[in-house]
Amino acid sequence: MNFSVLQFPASNCDQDAVHAIRRLGHQARMVWHKDNLPPGTDAVIVPGGFSYGDYLRCGAIARFSPVMQSVRQFADKGGWVLGICNGFQVLTEAGLLPGALVRNRDLQFHCEQVHLKTAAADTPFTRRIPADRPLRIPIAHGEGCYYADEATLAELRANGQVLWQYCDSEGNVTDQANPNGALHNIAGICNKGRNVAGLMPHPERACEALLGSEDGKWIFESLFEAGRERPAAGTP
Amino acid sequence: MKAKIIITPKKAVLDPQGKTVQNALAHMGYTAVTGVHIGKYVEIDLAPGTDCAAAEAALSEAGRKFLSNPVIEDFKLELE
Repeated sequence: MNFSVLQFPASNCDQDAVHAIRRLGHQARMVWHKDNLPPGTDAVIVPGGFSYGDYLRCGAIARFSPVMQSVRQFADKGGWVLGICNGFQVLTEAGLLPGALVRNRDLQFHCEQVHLKTAAADTPFTRRIPADRPLRIPIAHGEGCYYADEATLAELRANGQVLWQYCDSEGNVTDQANPNGALHNIAGICNKGRNVAGLMPHPERACEALLGSEDGKWIFESLFEAGRERPAAGTP
Repeated sequence: MKAKIIITPKKAVLDPQGKTVQNALAHMGYTAVTGVHIGKYVEIDLAPGTDCAAAEAALSEAGRKFLSNPVIEDFKLELE
């Protein structure tokens, strides 16, 4: 499967994403923010970092970059897009995902392992995730508190668009397990079409035992499996 | 000619920065303070002779599309 990993000025998890995907046996190439997605792209990763210095708002400037116009067309055709951390912020700013990410409720940057309950298994991002236990994946963000108005939250829940929620090691979704104040403990969501997803935790940093957890690979394995079943719909 | 844009968090959105500053003000004895909301101020220089109505329309659009995020923020535009 061919992954295109976007690279904005001040992206800093692009190399990690490329490394994780290649290590899991698939192809990944970096795509500069001024370029278009290369032909043959099966899935796009919008990586973590501090695109454009997080100036104005996290992700606000990146969404207008040329590559994001290409990503929008790719997503509109059903192409798979996964935004991680800053990538999630970019996708909400771009309107490809609903809601917004705001300052953590305690104003602190959180860099720690969290546990995630997978709330919907019927997506290309979650289908291979083991159902019996929560995922252990790190976060590293200052603006990860998910916010959406009541109507949007109701719609997300009704459509099963909440993919991951912060939980404790037993899988209980509690306020104590919520690192940033996200509404409904939301760590990640998808769009209505279920082909665009974003999450604040970093699965690419949890794909090998040496790094403390391999749970992140289930998200990539889900995409690989989806890719085996269907040729990419969004290839430009 | 200048445009001034004031961006504030929507009241429904958690504003921990405003809350922290409000608490600090209370500790300092400013007991009449009942709310603090911290936003952003953007000052934009416009070329002399710019048409006021056109600038207002263009910057309202920029404010909505780019300078603020309508999901979490409100903004006010002033031209002078």
